Amino acid sequence: MDTSALIPEMTFGALIILYFSIGLFIKGRYLLTAMALGSCMITVSFLITAPYGQVFGGAFVADPLSQSFKFVFHVCLALSLLISLRYGIIKDGQFFEYVLLMMLATLAMMLVASSRDLIPLFLSIELMALCSYLLTGLARDDLRSNEAGLKYYLLGTLASITLLIGISALYLVTGTTDIKAIGEFLRAQSGAPNPYEYLGIIAVLIALSFKAGAVPFHQWSPDVYEGAPTTVTAFMSVGPKAASLSALGAVLYGAFGGDPEVWVNTLIFIAVATMAIGNILALRQDNLKRLLAYSSIAHVGYMMLGLLAPSQEGLSAIVLYMLIYAFMNIGAFAVVLSIQEGEGINAYRGLASTNPFMALCMLILLFSLAGIPPFAGFIAKFRVFMAAIHAGYTVVALLGILFSVLSAYYYLRIVVKMYFDTTELPHSLVPINLNIATATAVLAVCLLGIGPSLLI
Amino acid sequence: MVEGYPLLSVLTFLPLLGVVALLLMSSAQAVRYTALLFTLLEFVLSIPLLTDFDKATHRFQFVEAYQWIPSLNIHYKMGVDGISVLFILLTTLLSVLSVTVSWRAIVQKVKEFYAMILLMETAMIGIFCAMDLFLFYIFWEAMLIPMFLLIGIWGSSNRVYAAVKFVLFTLAGSVLMLIGVIALYFQGGKTFDIQQLSLMRYPIEFQYWLFFAFFAAFAVKVPMFPVHTWLPDAHTEAPTAGSVILAGVLLKIGAYGFLRFSLPMCPDATRELMLPMQVLSVVAIIYGAFVTLMQTDFKRLIAYSSVSHMGFVTLGIFSLNQQGLEGGLLQMINHGIVTGAIFLCIGMIYERTHTRQIEDYGGLGRAAPVYVFFYTLFSLAAIGFPGTNSFIGEFLVLSGAFKSNYAVAIPAIFGILLGTGYMVWLYYRVVLRDINPAIKGHLQEIGGREILTLIPLLLLVFYIGLQPAVPLSFVQVSIKHLLLQMDGVALMGLR
Repeated sequence: MDTSALIPEMTFGALIILYFSIGLFIKGRYLLTAMALGSCMITVSFLITAPYGQVFGGAFVADPLSQSFKFVFHVCLALSLLISLRYGIIKDGQFFEYVLLMMLATLAMMLVASSRDLIPLFLSIELMALCSYLLTGLARDDLRSNEAGLKYYLLGTLASITLLIGISALYLVTGTTDIKAIGEFLRAQSGAPNPYEYLGIIAVLIALSFKAGAVPFHQWSPDVYEGAPTTVTAFMSVGPKAASLSALGAVLYGAFGGDPEVWVNTLIFIAVATMAIGNILALRQDNLKRLLAYSSIAHVGYMMLGLLAPSQEGLSAIVLYMLIYAFMNIGAFAVVLSIQEGEGINAYRGLASTNPFMALCMLILLFSLAGIPPFAGFIAKFRVFMAAIHAGYTVVALLGILFSVLSAYYYLRIVVKMYFDTTELPHSLVPINLNIATATAVLAVCLLGIGPSLLI
Repeated sequence: MVEGYPLLSVLTFLPLLGVVALLLMSSAQAVRYTALLFTLLEFVLSIPLLTDFDKATHRFQFVEAYQWIPSLNIHYKMGVDGISVLFILLTTLLSVLSVTVSWRAIVQKVKEFYAMILLMETAMIGIFCAMDLFLFYIFWEAMLIPMFLLIGIWGSSNRVYAAVKFVLFTLAGSVLMLIGVIALYFQGGKTFDIQQLSLMRYPIEFQYWLFFAFFAAFAVKVPMFPVHTWLPDAHTEAPTAGSVILAGVLLKIGAYGFLRFSLPMCPDATRELMLPMQVLSVVAIIYGAFVTLMQTDFKRLIAYSSVSHMGFVTLGIFSLNQQGLEGGLLQMINHGIVTGAIFLCIGMIYERTHTRQIEDYGGLGRAAPVYVFFYTLFSLAAIGFPGTNSFIGEFLVLSGAFKSNYAVAIPAIFGILLGTGYMVWLYYRVVLRDINPAIKGHLQEIGGREILTLIPLLLLVFYIGLQPAVPLSFVQVSIKHLLLQMDGVALMGLR
């Protein structure tokens, strides 16, 4: 059997084991981070060079799309590691396991992106989720973190059960768990769909929407994002969401592509509700972590528009969106971390005078999040809306764009505090790693905004 | 001129280079001189656009085209024709004046201020040069950020509200345009090339649809009644340079959009919707003039008068005949010159008195005769006095409107009457009467820098007023072609 398509995963797995065995004896945060970043880079280089192909009878597929998703996961991991370097909430004694959990979660996400069979898909989603639960509750002596971890675990398990029910129902109808085979079976089937087929499709859709934090299954995410250590929030607002969307894309096209009328209205409802609720609830948030949590819900809504397009166009729009979003969002979290009491919006008053560099970076990131050119956030939204319009969902795209105008309001609120408020708060020194992370993110946002053809 | 020298790209991105240069400066004075140097250089470089422009053709000139995002067939394509060329000159000129008028008015965050002015210049010139719809949209939206900061950081007391309102209004309009842009891409054969898209004849339903999508964006920018409400706030709260750029160039971009997109791409829908558009224009003229009469704030008054004046511009455009369109275009330039100049005047006096209430003024004629000399002539130009530029513009607009529809042209004349009313009354209250003792000590005469700022605009007022054929000669062929294109005649000739 030719397993060369598995090289990146195998390499990363081996590197994780290496990290695990050596890292046990290392105390220094710098060294641990360097090891993890090194593993990240090695894996990315393999990702770029490894051949495409199938392994395990088509249960694992490496194609351009899944490889780009994996690239996004690694960007997210690397940036999250960078901003965690001196983050005080993660104690020195925990740092080893913190990094390990992040790496494991990333490995799980890589498997999610490539799984084309429901059983490995379920298993890798579970691995990803377990790592996320632990990461959320990692600040052991912080009650909010404990609460968030427990809440996430309980609700997440419910979603996993839903996913299992869906998979069982589909197995009942089709007699297989292979995504492609399910798709062929459903396509060949004539007449009205079996009720179990409905159950299966809708249950899978709901479970994956839950994992992506889409409305109306979003209730967990603001609490979890607020409670979790900020670096974990940054990580979770990108990686697991991207993985869930990639799974959703694979299932919707691979398995349910034959009769989109069964799920497309549900998906439109979820996408529009997600954009609406995410943006509306973000309007009055004074806590920046919560604001970014709601805004990340809204961004999932935009990305879901890409799922409406019955083509690779939509999925590649989502990948591009996710990559750009990783830079924007983790960059914004890096700024939040760099400000004293940075969770409260009032901490940003007069930032343009006390720390012009950070203020400028935040300005660019926020305008990018709002989707205003020439920054990359615009290209991301443009591609997604384009895919939706191409597929004929002009009205849905219009709603999406209107909500994105709404979003400009709450992003601008922060800019107003930073630039238009003349209160001078005491200046605090920003650690170099946060400066690097923010600068990287801003650079990426600018470059991708001006030259998106670097990637697409 | 060297063949193949990318003049338009240089013009567009030179200010950006200026921003980089500014970032390296430390003293405020050095920043001011650098900004002045760059805007002056930009202005000098833009002069060849006039001298080398071939007035005999409607075709785009100084064209540059490169692949930009191949997978979406997006090009970096720049070019100018008779419709856009004058606006670039207007932009480069007003940018220089914005720098000089802010010389002493801006004392906080000087570097950032001039960086914003230069960023605005890049975006504005980019808009007039872009021949690719995507590129156009990028510049169009990118303009929001520096303007938002200009109003919000350096504006007066109510600046935050005005800045946020400005952004949200504009953004809401332009996102509808974004939908139109994407739909046009698929309808027009997967291209963003403005020329190619203008060649197509779209189905009438699509034309309606597209017209409304673009209308949302352009009407907010112009602004047309009833989406004008952001304008008085933004103009009033912005610093002088911001008001000059807003009134001088930004408002023109909306009307330019009508000429560049709505008319050639939705000709049938435009003809069908001609009457509603004319009515909206006349409502803007009359309503704008009445609201202007009621204002007690000097700057707000001029801001509202822009609503009325821009009504003439759109009235001319939607007359859909040669005179109307020429008049509309000329009136856009005129309004940029005259209202820009009046905002400069207001800024100069506000710098001294720190009040914008008309009631606080009076007797300027005795206190600052040189200033009043300029102010008087600009006021006359705003009224449309014969011999000034606005007279020609308004005359052409009205003759176009009469040719098109008597019923809308007659009420528009009352607009001119009302315009004379509010300008003369304002003049009486500010220049004549007795000097208000409260501000007496502050009323110093304007200095050399300020006189130099006003002179170019004054010369233009009379040059265009006495030699209207010169500016009109740039636009005539392009407008004739635009009208033929709307009739479907020019399609063969273009290929």
